[in-house]
Amino acid sequence: MISQVFILSSQGDHLIYKDFRGEAGSDVVSVFYEKVTALTGDQPPVVMSHGDLHFVHVRQGGLYWVATTTSPGSSPFTIIEFLNRFSALVKDYCGSLSEKSVQMNFALIYELLDEVVDYGYIQTTSSDVLKNFIQTEAVSSKPFSLFDLSNVGFFGAETQQSKVAPSSAASRPIQSSRESEIFLDVIERMSVVIGSKGVVLKADVEGEVRVKCFMPSCSEMRIGLNEEFSIGKSQLRGYGAAVRVDECRFHQNVHLDEFHSNRVLRLCPSQGEQTVMQYQLSDDLPSAPPFRLFPTIERDSGGRLLMYLKLRCDLPSKRFVVISALSQELSSPDQSAELKLQNRAIDWKIPRFIGGTQLSALFKLEVSGLSPSSLMEVGPVVLVFELPQLTVSGLQIRFLRLSPVQPAPSQRWIRYVTHSDSYILRL
Amino acid sequence: MPYLGSEDAVRELRRALSNPNVQSDQLRYRNTVLKAIRAMSQGVDVSDLFSEMVKACATVDIVQKKLVYVFLCSYATLNPELSLLVINTLRKDCQDPNPMVRSLALRNMTNLRLPSLVEYVEQPLAAGLRDRAACVRRVAVLGWAKLHNLQPDAEIDAAVVNELYGLLRDPDPVVMVNCLRALEEILKKEGGVAINKPITHHLLNRLKESDVWGQCEVLRILQRYHPQSEDELFDILSLLDASLVSPHPPVMAATLGLFLGLCSGLPAVSLAALERVRGPLLAACGSTSRETRFTALCHIQLLLRSLPGLMGAHYKRFFCGYAEPAYIKQRKMQVLVELVNDENVAMLLDELKGYCTDVNPETAQAAISAIGRIGRSYSDRCLEILTGLLGLKQEHITSAVVQTMCDLVWVCPQCSDTVCSALEGCEEMLQDSQGRQALLWLLAAYGERVSSAPYTLEGFIDRVRSEASLGVKMELLTTTMRLFLCRPSETQDMLGRLLHYCIEEEMDMCVRDQALLYYRLLHCGIEETHKVLHGQRSDPSLGVLIGRPAEPINQWAYSFNTLEPLRQAGVETEPASRGSPEHVTFDPKPNTDLSDTLNCSQIEKVNLGSDGASGFTCSSAKVLAPLSLSLSPALSPEEFEHLWMQRHAEQGAEKLEEEEEDYVCLEERIQFPAIPPCSPQSLQAAMQLVNIQTLAFTPPHTLPWRVYLYTHTHHAHYGSTLVIGELLYIGEASRRVAAVKKGMEDGDVVEGEQEAGLSGRALVRKDGREEEVEVTLKQQPRDDNALKGFLSILTTVLHTLSSESS
Repeated sequence: MISQVFILSSQGDHLIYKDFRGEAGSDVVSVFYEKVTALTGDQPPVVMSHGDLHFVHVRQGGLYWVATTTSPGSSPFTIIEFLNRFSALVKDYCGSLSEKSVQMNFALIYELLDEVVDYGYIQTTSSDVLKNFIQTEAVSSKPFSLFDLSNVGFFGAETQQSKVAPSSAASRPIQSSRESEIFLDVIERMSVVIGSKGVVLKADVEGEVRVKCFMPSCSEMRIGLNEEFSIGKSQLRGYGAAVRVDECRFHQNVHLDEFHSNRVLRLCPSQGEQTVMQYQLSDDLPSAPPFRLFPTIERDSGGRLLMYLKLRCDLPSKRFVVISALSQELSSPDQSAELKLQNRAIDWKIPRFIGGTQLSALFKLEVSGLSPSSLMEVGPVVLVFELPQLTVSGLQIRFLRLSPVQPAPSQRWIRYVTHSDSYILRL
Repeated sequence: MPYLGSEDAVRELRRALSNPNVQSDQLRYRNTVLKAIRAMSQGVDVSDLFSEMVKACATVDIVQKKLVYVFLCSYATLNPELSLLVINTLRKDCQDPNPMVRSLALRNMTNLRLPSLVEYVEQPLAAGLRDRAACVRRVAVLGWAKLHNLQPDAEIDAAVVNELYGLLRDPDPVVMVNCLRALEEILKKEGGVAINKPITHHLLNRLKESDVWGQCEVLRILQRYHPQSEDELFDILSLLDASLVSPHPPVMAATLGLFLGLCSGLPAVSLAALERVRGPLLAACGSTSRETRFTALCHIQLLLRSLPGLMGAHYKRFFCGYAEPAYIKQRKMQVLVELVNDENVAMLLDELKGYCTDVNPETAQAAISAIGRIGRSYSDRCLEILTGLLGLKQEHITSAVVQTMCDLVWVCPQCSDTVCSALEGCEEMLQDSQGRQALLWLLAAYGERVSSAPYTLEGFIDRVRSEASLGVKMELLTTTMRLFLCRPSETQDMLGRLLHYCIEEEMDMCVRDQALLYYRLLHCGIEETHKVLHGQRSDPSLGVLIGRPAEPINQWAYSFNTLEPLRQAGVETEPASRGSPEHVTFDPKPNTDLSDTLNCSQIEKVNLGSDGASGFTCSSAKVLAPLSLSLSPALSPEEFEHLWMQRHAEQGAEKLEEEEEDYVCLEERIQFPAIPPCSPQSLQAAMQLVNIQTLAFTPPHTLPWRVYLYTHTHHAHYGSTLVIGELLYIGEASRRVAAVKKGMEDGDVVEGEQEAGLSGRALVRKDGREEEVEVTLKQQPRDDNALKGFLSILTTVLHTLSSESS
């Protein structure tokens, strides 16, 4: 049972405030902000209390999404999931999540909130139901830009570029779309720990298949996965090409009758974004981790710390965009490195890293009072990267079909991306 | 309102709203209303616009209507009279052919929260319950709950309640769930909506139609249902099995909550359910939303209390990610400490070591103390890491390491050599009071082994004038006193200086009193001082009990899926508190400050009392709160033997008398597979923890194996009793015997006087069970409760020992 819902900007500006039950005044908004900013780093901020009132909040898009409740027996899972879902709805309707978009669309958000929660009870968060009730149109916060026109060639002819969906294509309000577009994203997050001797200590992949549908009413959709897709350890098949995951969970609207025979998911997507399938894979990755590091760390005669790092990318030799936040320096014009004293880290940025190559860097650090044990203090190297068009688990979408075939031409985009959740290379 | 003052802005808005030109242009009118709402949500007081807004309400533009309603509901309570005007518009809207308009009007009519309007609202609400559009029924059902809460003392309309019960069969699932919610509120005084068998089955059958939120609500309300038979219970459980592994964490948690409630009498089923949710919970731990992650982690900690092995194989899932916030990292480390075992300890320590140099000092400190916790079972590896960390010469790391070592030594005295050698040179790095207090405590306990101890203390004493922390000063006094006892020649001078300063110049009463106390104590002679100050410097038995026994699920089931687990600052149930030397306090939350105050009060208490050991009480809080055991008055081996033999002799003759007087016989076999490998030291240590003194035992691996022990039980109402006992392990290959025998004696009376006697000796033989010890206990005087309490304590200790060694 939710008493109030409010949204605050990171500076504490009141963006949205709605009271459902009249159990507390609006002054608690400021109380919340004072409390949340007064916390030290290790205190869990998710649930806080003020008298009888409990604040539960999540952070999405740099904003505080807060729900208050007076009953301590409320389910934290429900409230947090609701806040996440609500922010996803706002994102669907407004296009993107930011202070500006929330401010511009506050009328729409009030309308949404009114339909989603009544008297503190969650009524529905399904966009299929909501689209009948929401009347306000979204205001897009994006200014007009010439770059938007760059896809259009001379005389309106289609250029090569338009075959590729612009990265911002999916971040626009779902109502405003004139075209019937569907985005199918396979997103994987890697968390890897590689020990100092190059041994892989941990390698986990969390993946999900997300559908973002702009069609107001979508008929049935069929998603074909790799035919060799298997779940669990027991189903390993003889041939090496099998794609295996440890565990797999599906959205409750997914029909799995064709899954067991043909690895086809059937569903009727509702407007907006939803996660069709989540899966995870631990330890037993089909391929070696994409990056390896060969470090040498020593003290030179002048009392400086020398770090020689060689980073190798073991991906097939295609071009991959890699943004690395390493603890390290530069030898080439397109890379840069920066010493961040606040985090005590060196930030080595590599805008582009081609598969099958290696990069090296030498850092010389002046450290006052360098002792042999200072070498111990040199922390791990952390890689932050994004690998487009690649899934570590090997999951591929064979096809994406709409049946019956849509009368209007529909555009279907399939995108793969692998993020680093936490890619740690120990020194 | 960036440019205009709020009054100007309101005036401007009012002018625009009442401008007929604006009113005639729908778009302009809407935009003006929008501006007013924007000002409102930015915190500007626009309540003056109420009458204009009431007019703006009468429009065909639904968007504008919705906006105006947002405004009206916020300010209605300030303008009850004007709100009456709105009612007309709203009631008209309730007749609108468009269901959306009807539901909107109905919802806002009930949201105005004005008791004076109730009479106008009831009729449309009653009609709303029978509306053909589901969205209107949804609103109407909750409307009754709102109405009821406006006038909580009003009579409950039985007809409405009946109608709501009828609507539980509504085809729309949201209406059904809303009915439950509304009835729950209306009938709060009667304990909520009636959950009987037909309703339960109806709700369960329709569970799948609802969305996630509806399912959670239904599952929560069903917790009140008590199935009438076991068959029905298992039918329900199997029906809910799919929800238990739902990909939606709220449904999974609500289902598990219901399972735990329904199966509170069936621990095996509950444990199986916990196993079942492992997958979904782990998945929630890897969720993209860090708040969901955190919630899942907190609940995993709850589950681990009953099923410590639940996540053992998945320990890598709790490795901290680089970018995770500190509060998640800390929870993960708390979980990791629980999961440590022989196979993964190397890997885990390696990982934790990496966190010790984290940029965030709180994370680093948490990692260091996590290593200390693991050090209780794997002391060598952990000490190596900890001493290595001292080499970094970082203030916060050194402080955390010294505090951790302090806690570790208190539990594992075998580490003291390493710790003593590591302490040299630490004091320069210590800046915070907690770290310095820990260092001082270590110097007090092991001063004779740290060669530089007097020099370190001298530094502290020289700076005592500028010392700000009370705790450090108190600790410094005690440390100097204790060091004086073992190294008088080096310390005498500085002790004099310190006492002089504290008595003459110190402003703080507490420190001054303590100094005076020590001063007077010294007057009583060195012997006396020694008796008071020289206490235990470690409590090795704590180490034996690290492996906490699994708690029953009922201990935490009530708080599952509530905000409770997320709120507590961290689950620290372990009893390790490096307290005052003579005193073992079972303090649920170790707190350095607290132990200091205990320290000082304890010493005073001991000083007043005649017997140095009289403060030694210990309650095994988990088992029996009111029962406490103590070792005083001490029993010499001769006395013990005398007592034991006497009881034996009396056994046959006076059995009948005893039965009626003060003797009870309780037979017990205690499963204890660890006897052969169990070393006398660890057994003694474990017993001492709960204040049971072992007097004598046979060497390990000799058969039959015997242990003699005694203790005194104290009970708030029944006085104290003496318990003496024997553990016997015959060790025949095929059969072991166990029996419990108890005799009771009054501890304060001389033993021969009372006839309490010796309990009958019962031997129970069972061929199948090999791992049993025969326990013979004698108690005087008879006290069944105390006896049972003692037995359960003893059983717990033996079980813990055996789980340790296995």
